[in-house]
Amino acid sequence: MKKHLLSSADLSREDAILVLDTAAQLAQVADRPVKKLPTLRGRTVVNLFFEDSTRTRISFEAAAKRLSADVITFSAKGSSVSKGESLKDTALTLEAMGADAVIIRHGSSGAPHRLANAGWINGSVINAGDGLHEHPTQALLDAYTLRENLCGGVGDLAGKRVTIVGDVLHSRVARSNTLLLATLGAHVTLVAPPTLLPVGVENWPCEVSYDLDASLAQADAVMMLRVQLERMNDSYFPTAREYSRRYGLDHRRMESMSEHAIVMHPGPMNRGMEISADVADSKRSVIVSQVTNGVSVRMAVLYLLLGGNSPAQPAPHEGIEE
Amino acid sequence: MNTPRVRTVLEAADIDRVLTRISHEIVERAKGADEIVLLGIQTRGVPLAERIGRKISDFENTSVPVGALDITMYRDDLRLRPARALETTALPEVGIDGRIVVLVDDVLFSGRTIRAALDALQELGRPRAVRLAVLVDRGHRQLPIRADYVGKNLPTALQESVRVRLQETDGSDEVTLSSGRPTPLGTDPTSGDAA
Repeated sequence: MKKHLLSSADLSREDAILVLDTAAQLAQVADRPVKKLPTLRGRTVVNLFFEDSTRTRISFEAAAKRLSADVITFSAKGSSVSKGESLKDTALTLEAMGADAVIIRHGSSGAPHRLANAGWINGSVINAGDGLHEHPTQALLDAYTLRENLCGGVGDLAGKRVTIVGDVLHSRVARSNTLLLATLGAHVTLVAPPTLLPVGVENWPCEVSYDLDASLAQADAVMMLRVQLERMNDSYFPTAREYSRRYGLDHRRMESMSEHAIVMHPGPMNRGMEISADVADSKRSVIVSQVTNGVSVRMAVLYLLLGGNSPAQPAPHEGIEE
Repeated sequence: MNTPRVRTVLEAADIDRVLTRISHEIVERAKGADEIVLLGIQTRGVPLAERIGRKISDFENTSVPVGALDITMYRDDLRLRPARALETTALPEVGIDGRIVVLVDDVLFSGRTIRAALDALQELGRPRAVRLAVLVDRGHRQLPIRADYVGKNLPTALQESVRVRLQETDGSDEVTLSSGRPTPLGTDPTSGDAA
């Protein structure tokens, strides 16, 4: 693995499978009386959050603490950032405090890349969501959830069909997932109104469709994206009701999915908008287990990046070219 | 460079006899098989624990719980090498609380693997007693640890290496001793697979 995890594109197929396999072993720790491993004792992990977040921040914090790392959580509100401190000066401060890893969420696409490559800090940088760009650990936890539910928890996702629906334009989850799931061999179909597809989507490793009903029947998994109302400065669709009618997942649409297919959502949900409440709470929904899996996957990433004297190198598999 | 000399120390039949003896010793000391839980240390301890488990189950007419323990996260040399992939830890359903846990490993060397295993056990439960069975004890301990059941005591020089091959993991049963492969400086010889 590379030293930093900035994009799903940083992960080779072997890297991704190593993370998922490691996460599967670490998931057992949650069932033990002592939910703690001594592995990262003495390492300092900084949660650097310039944007609001509940589940990602808590998930990383829980993951680091289960591995016995010291966790410093830094949110921009109530810090010197609100006095105008630059990213560079914040980074230099963290470096002076001896951070071994910085987990960063930032509103600007590319901020983690800048932090990793500007020479301000020596530790690993993990992207926890930057602007409209990427959110690789979310993609890893989604891949883990898919593998558990569709592939018996082993290997890759070869041949599985995943349909990602909704606001692709503003979604870092969609971009990271498309890259990672394609790396793992899945067929990804993006479904969205034309106004909510980003420029250049034709170069992504996926198919694109405007018709949700047409792609539901073949899907092994349907991933609903949140309509990011806070980013809706222009009118991307006429009304919320119309969006919901054409691109929302309700009970009727869920019926047309195949027996084994699962429903996913990265959260937070707008119930009644992109997903109806009965679908979100149905048996097919794995939304709650996505959150649980998030902790295991983030433990795996932290362990593989920080556990040794350098990031883990997956054992070469037979018949696979490096 | 002279090629390293390889000498076979235990052959398949020897390994089987040794495991039979250890199985009897375990039951004798525990006064029966009821409280025993066998835990194999990844990777070659696991098939050894399974074999001992089958033998005890056979001659005591009961089934002995067997599990697997991965100690990677508890190693003291993690930071000397790149992060490693993890193996499975699988405890038997009965758990280990109040039981006599017998750790099983292939080679006892520095003792650091066993130290890590004891740390791991502490967080998994509270056994009544913990004992240690190894196929080969090659000496050179770096910690105050000893085995309760030893297949073969094998005096070695530090630069020699002991290699255990088992049907389940390597396709055949054999223990060999080869000379002339010095331990690289700066690494800690920890466990048995000495490879």
